[in-house]
Amino acid sequence: MAIVFQKTKGLTDKQTHYCPGCTHGIIHRLVAEVLEELDVLGESIGVAPVGCSVLAYDYFNCDMHEASHGRAPAVATGIKRVHPDKVVFTYQGDGDLASIGTAEIVHVAHRGEKITTIFVNNAIYGMTGGQMAPTTLIGQRATTAPLGRTVEHSGMPLRVSEMLATIDGAAFVERVSVDTPANIRKAKKAIKEAFQCQLEGKGFSIVEVLSTCPTNWGMTPIDAIKWLQDNMIPYYPIGNFRRPGEVK
Amino acid sequence: MAKVLMKGNEAIGAAAIKAGCKYFFGYPITPQNELPEYMSRELPKNDGVFLQAESEVSAINMVYGAAGAGARVMTSSSSPGIALKQEGITYIAGAELPCVIVNIVRGGPGLGGIQPAQSDYNQVTRGGGNGDYKLLVFAPANLQEMVDLMQDAFDAADYYRNPVMMVGDGMIGQMMEPIEFKSPSKRYELKDKPWATTGTKGQRKPNIINSLALDPAELEKHNERLQVKYNEMKEKEVRYEVYNMENAEIVLVAYGTTSRIVKNAINELKEQNINVGLIRPITLWPFPEKAFDEIPTTCKSLMSVEMSMGQMVDDVKIASNGRWPVHFYGRSGGMVPTPEGVIEKVKELVGGAK
Repeated sequence: MAIVFQKTKGLTDKQTHYCPGCTHGIIHRLVAEVLEELDVLGESIGVAPVGCSVLAYDYFNCDMHEASHGRAPAVATGIKRVHPDKVVFTYQGDGDLASIGTAEIVHVAHRGEKITTIFVNNAIYGMTGGQMAPTTLIGQRATTAPLGRTVEHSGMPLRVSEMLATIDGAAFVERVSVDTPANIRKAKKAIKEAFQCQLEGKGFSIVEVLSTCPTNWGMTPIDAIKWLQDNMIPYYPIGNFRRPGEVK
Repeated sequence: MAKVLMKGNEAIGAAAIKAGCKYFFGYPITPQNELPEYMSRELPKNDGVFLQAESEVSAINMVYGAAGAGARVMTSSSSPGIALKQEGITYIAGAELPCVIVNIVRGGPGLGGIQPAQSDYNQVTRGGGNGDYKLLVFAPANLQEMVDLMQDAFDAADYYRNPVMMVGDGMIGQMMEPIEFKSPSKRYELKDKPWATTGTKGQRKPNIINSLALDPAELEKHNERLQVKYNEMKEKEVRYEVYNMENAEIVLVAYGTTSRIVKNAINELKEQNINVGLIRPITLWPFPEKAFDEIPTTCKSLMSVEMSMGQMVDDVKIASNGRWPVHFYGRSGGMVPTPEGVIEKVKELVGGAK
């Protein structure tokens, strides 16, 4: 009998700790499938962040390095400068990348560091229990914004992809979503293009993935997907912001 | 090899390259700038990579990545910059990775000043970052010693899989002295780095560089294992010099350039028939407690002499273990003790003791 589907070699057999309905599992699988399809698993070194995906080093089936909070791009820089022929990637959430790690992500892009970043944006701090992130939407409740985020108090949510797309060293910048099967396929395509960009030595590449957090949003997984579609996509438009050879 | 005249910061760079350092990640801060500048010129010529990071925090995390990837790597900074690096240093110690960190100490607290100081003693010997960890800390007194120690610093870092800190006060960085690059000692038996992140090539299980252990029992075990390593360092790595100890009435304790000023004072006092000894720690951690067993019975008290308001004095008290009264003399803020100042203080003590 022909095998029509099997688990990617890019993931270990370890059971993940992610909450039911969380989209980290989908994103892990997409990254792992891409590494396998590009045949670079044995040449890859991943950097895990601090946040929900802190244990990603147990799930990706390649060499991994666990960084301190926000510093994954700096750790990845050190690895890539030692092994310029390897595939180096970071996997970071929005608290890690868009708050404590803003200097590191801006400067990894600014240097055109030939690494790939998978940026999972679920508009909240998941691991620590639902605190407000720079990406939390206006009116969205969080444990440190109990009445909902306001512009007056905390400013407007940070659009990371748009910001990084202004930096010349960022060769590939795309925002995707994993809310529908069609969008999941598009997300995988973008992740593949980002890694290809690294393999071709074009510069820094990043894919921002809009993701859900049913636990901390206080919703069922289905409602969380709908909330993402109704609230996140309008503020964080999906699409490509930059690719090699294009001047925008 | 012939002697060459070099500035301290550049000599550190030259010694590091000779010791096999291939990667340097740094950030500008006075008074250590000549070191990254030297590395930016010389490392590329020696098959290495220099990178100026966006901050001290990023620089030490680049070191963390490069060390995990199996490289011989170094960073340097000065006191406030070292404070910023402490987060990365505790991760590197926790993940058991080798690297060398140079600290050319300036006055504090806060932004402080840019003149020489020894007020980082606590910062470099007491962990600095979070958790139970230790650094092997070398504090050379002159450029020749600093150059001689550099090979051992890199080798010890690899041998113990632990960060090693090279501490020089601002004077060590800025002064010029003749130095000779001797053929390196082979004090340590070094192994390969099968744990490094080099890509599995599909031939082994993934390597994971990590300092996280969510299971308390596992973390305690990890800490106990680290302690075994630190105890081995305490046993094997203590280095110190004793000077003019015979019949000493007072024994001074001083390290780095301060010890040279103290030696001048000791020689001057000897001509005045006052016998004063010196214990000079070369390793600040592990602290040379056993040097205190060599103190002669003629000794009536100890005095720690520092370019700080008194930090090493605590370790001197611990090492003296109640056997002698412990005094302190120090200058701070970039003010350097003079032999006259030391002599005056010693005479006060001798007068009081007699």
